[in-house]
This record gives sequence, C-alpha cells and structure tokens, in this order.
Amino acid sequence: MKYAGLLVMPAGFLLTLAALLLFPDPARRIAFVICGLAVEAMGLVVAVRGHMPARGASRP
Amino acid sequence: MISSVPTAMVPIAPAPAAAMSEAVFALTLALLLLAPLAIAGIALINTGLGRSRSAAQALLGNLALGAIAVIVFALAGASFAGTLGTSEAAFHVAGKTWGVVGLGPFLMHGLGSAAPQAQLALLFEFMAVAMAAMIPWGSGADRWRLSAGCASAAVLAGIVFPLAAHWIWGGGWLAQLGANFGLGAGFLDAGGAATVHALGGLTALALVWIAGPRRGKFPREGLSTAMPGHNAVYVLFGCLLALVGWLAWNAAGAVIWLHAPLAALPGTAINTLLSAAAALVATFAVTQFRFGKPDASLCANGWLAGLVTSTACAALATPAEAIFAGAVAGFFTPLLVEVLELAISIDDPSGAIAVHGASGLWGLVAAGFFAPQAGQLLAQLVGIAALLGLILPLVYLLFALLNRVVAFRVDPDGERIGMDLHELGGGAYPEFVIHRDESYR
Repeated sequence: MKYAGLLVMPAGFLLTLAALLLFPDPARRIAFVICGLAVEAMGLVVAVRGHMPARGASRP
Repeated sequence: MISSVPTAMVPIAPAPAAAMSEAVFALTLALLLLAPLAIAGIALINTGLGRSRSAAQALLGNLALGAIAVIVFALAGASFAGTLGTSEAAFHVAGKTWGVVGLGPFLMHGLGSAAPQAQLALLFEFMAVAMAAMIPWGSGADRWRLSAGCASAAVLAGIVFPLAAHWIWGGGWLAQLGANFGLGAGFLDAGGAATVHALGGLTALALVWIAGPRRGKFPREGLSTAMPGHNAVYVLFGCLLALVGWLAWNAAGAVIWLHAPLAALPGTAINTLLSAAAALVATFAVTQFRFGKPDASLCANGWLAGLVTSTACAALATPAEAIFAGAVAGFFTPLLVEVLELAISIDDPSGAIAVHGASGLWGLVAAGFFAPQAGQLLAQLVGIAALLGLILPLVYLLFALLNRVVAFRVDPDGERIGMDLHELGGGAYPEFVIHRDESYR
C-alpha cells in the first residue's frame, strides 16, 4: 500500500503538468492544478497509512 | 544612491538584472558570511531535541553531513544545478523549453572568471545544500547511523538538491513558468523555502518512514512514550542563533534571486523577525491553551516554523502579511507535531516534517498570495506539486535503495546504549550516570 501511494503522487504531478499544457484558460488551469494536488494528497495519505507501524512494533 | 521603496515588496525583475555594483556585491557577501549562523542554530536544535546519550553523535553528525554535502555539491552537484554554466538538458514540449538539469562545468571550473552574481549564487547554494542535508538528521535522532547519514547527504547533494536548485534558481522549468505560461514571475523561492526547507522536511519524512520509530516509542497500549529533548537551553539558544542567520539569509536571497534593491532589505529583515515573532506568540498561546503551560520545545518549533515561512515570503510581503503568515505557521505547527506523533505514529524528534516541510510549503503558498503579479499563486502551486509529486517519491526511492547498501538503522544494542557510546566510543557528558531506561523492560 505504501508503494501504491508513492506511485499515485507522480500521477498527480502529471495532472498539474497536463493542466499547464492543455488549458490556456486560467480558471480551468487552476482547477486542474488543484485536482493534481488533491491526487497527490490522496497518494500521501495512502503512503502515510501504509507506513504506520503496527501498535507495539517499536517495542523490543 | 538608495531609492525609497514604500513597502517591503520587492519589484521582481522580469529579466536577468544588470551587473551587480561592487557595493551590493560586498554587502551580499557579508550577509552570506553571517548565514551559517542559521545552520549553527539548526544544529543546536537538532542536538538539544535528541537524547543525552546521543548528543555528541548528533552534533558531529550535523557537521559531518554538512561537510559531505558541500564536498559532493562542489564535485558534481554544482554542475547539475547549472549555476555557473548556461547549458542545460531540456525537453521541448508544446513549443516550450523545459529545463530539467544543468550541464555546467564539473569541479566548479571557471569559478574565478564567473560573474560576481553567479559566484554569490553559488555560495548561497553551498549554504543551502548544507542546511538541506542537516534538516533530516534531527528526525533520525537516536537511531540513524552516522555512515548512513553521510551517504544520504551525498545522495541529496549530488542528485536531489541540484535538480531542485536548477528548476527553481538555475533557470529551469519552474523558473520559466512565467515566461512560458504567463504565471507571474515563475516559481519564486528567494530564501530556499522549497530547495532547502520543503526538501529537507520531505526528506525527513522519507527517512522516518524507512528507518522507523525509536524502540519503545509506540507501545502496544496507551499513548506514545514521551521522549523529550535532553537540553531545552540548546534548543532555545539555537532559535536565537538561527534568527541572526535567517535575517542575513533572507536578505541575501532577496538580492541574489529576486534582484531586490538595497532599500528593500530592511523590510525583508523586519518581515523575517515579525514572522518568527508572530509564530512564537501563536505557538505559545496554543500550547498554553492545550496543556495549561507553554511548552518550550514546541515554542522553539513554532519560532523556527515562522522563520521557515519567512524564507519564502519575507521579501514579497508587507509587515502585516508577514505577521499573518507567521501566525498561521505558529498556530498549526504544534497541532501538526501532535497529529504526526499521536495519530499517525511518526517519530520525528526534531519536528522537521512539520517545521521545515509543512511550514516551507505554507510559506510558498503565502508568497503566491502576497506577490503582486497575476498568476503567481498558480506558479507556486505547480512548484509545490513538483515537490510532493516528484521530489518526495524520488527521495524515498533513492533512500530505500541506499538503505539496502548502508543500513540506516542502528542495531538494537546500539540504540539501547546510545549512539554516542555505540558509534563514537564516548559520550557527550562523560560525568553523567547512565541509568536504565524503563521503556526497555
């Protein structure tokens, strides 16, 4: 799951790049850039959850 | 002659500025020679927030990581950052040039004959790479091996930092967002909020994920174990030291990267101070409200978060805006530190993820709001997307590979006796009596 999250994050970045290239209209452009950031945020959440240690795992 | 500028707002030059006068060169050089005080402050804070049995290793690690970082940057990183050269590797997509990596001379060949402004830019980058390498060190306190820390600093200084520096400072694709897509003046990062702090904070996150928490930090039942920093005086004095360095750092960055006139520098320094002060007051109030008493280490984190926020926007904001930006950073930093530890089990002793990562990103957004150019906010958001969507996965991948070659984490016995005895053979405080740690029963 942690790797899935880290793979989703570049997908969000590609969405922001696509917004720059495909939409000259500022309103659509900013909407797609925000969508790209939202996708990155989702990837970050998945990565964070995937890295959460099981309770007690840090106990020797 | 110094012209008057009504606010601290810097008029951003749309094209490379004219040749720097000798007076401006001398002043900027003097400011840059004060900037290492910011690095010293970070080193003291990293050390004070760790445990006493790892204090010598922590401070030596700050020195060693900084040393490795500047050497690797001199050997190869500066070439990829492209500060001294004009050539770069670039894509050409949709009629636009997307500069990806600089192709300057290796070993800083031609430094002596470079333009004064390029020499100052390179010196600034040396300071920046040292600080960026040191930021994650505090997050790995008490478990991150020195050799692994040095190896990661080399990776950061040789690959990741130069990429970001070229994109943002070296005329790469983020710097060209204004020219190519009409987004303000392109991505703006006068003091290194992205290249130093967000990069350092995100690197700290990758490190903490890979190395895991300290043993005993998250027990099977109940809340996480409190492992407070061993020396609040180091931490708080580090904050004061960092202020001096930050005032110089932000002023020098404004001259070098935004071509600010001298008249804008007092305003930049005032905004830096105001941002830190507002952040401290906000954190003080939050911790007073939450715990009934102000928390010294969280207040230090808040102060630092204000300074980090100012790196992005001190040169662009008015004093009121600087207070607002700092107060927001100071309000959210202690809450984020708490959420990271209690809700998602991230063991970050120095708070670098919240202080440098989150506050750096917030500063970049704030700079987009405060800058006068249309489209600047969108340019800042695209830069943040690049940091989160490209740099963080790249750092994680590189560190995960590196961890297979040089194990990041010390063995359990080393963690039990402390990094000082295990790695250095002697402690920072040899007259201390080492007592048994209850969390290891």
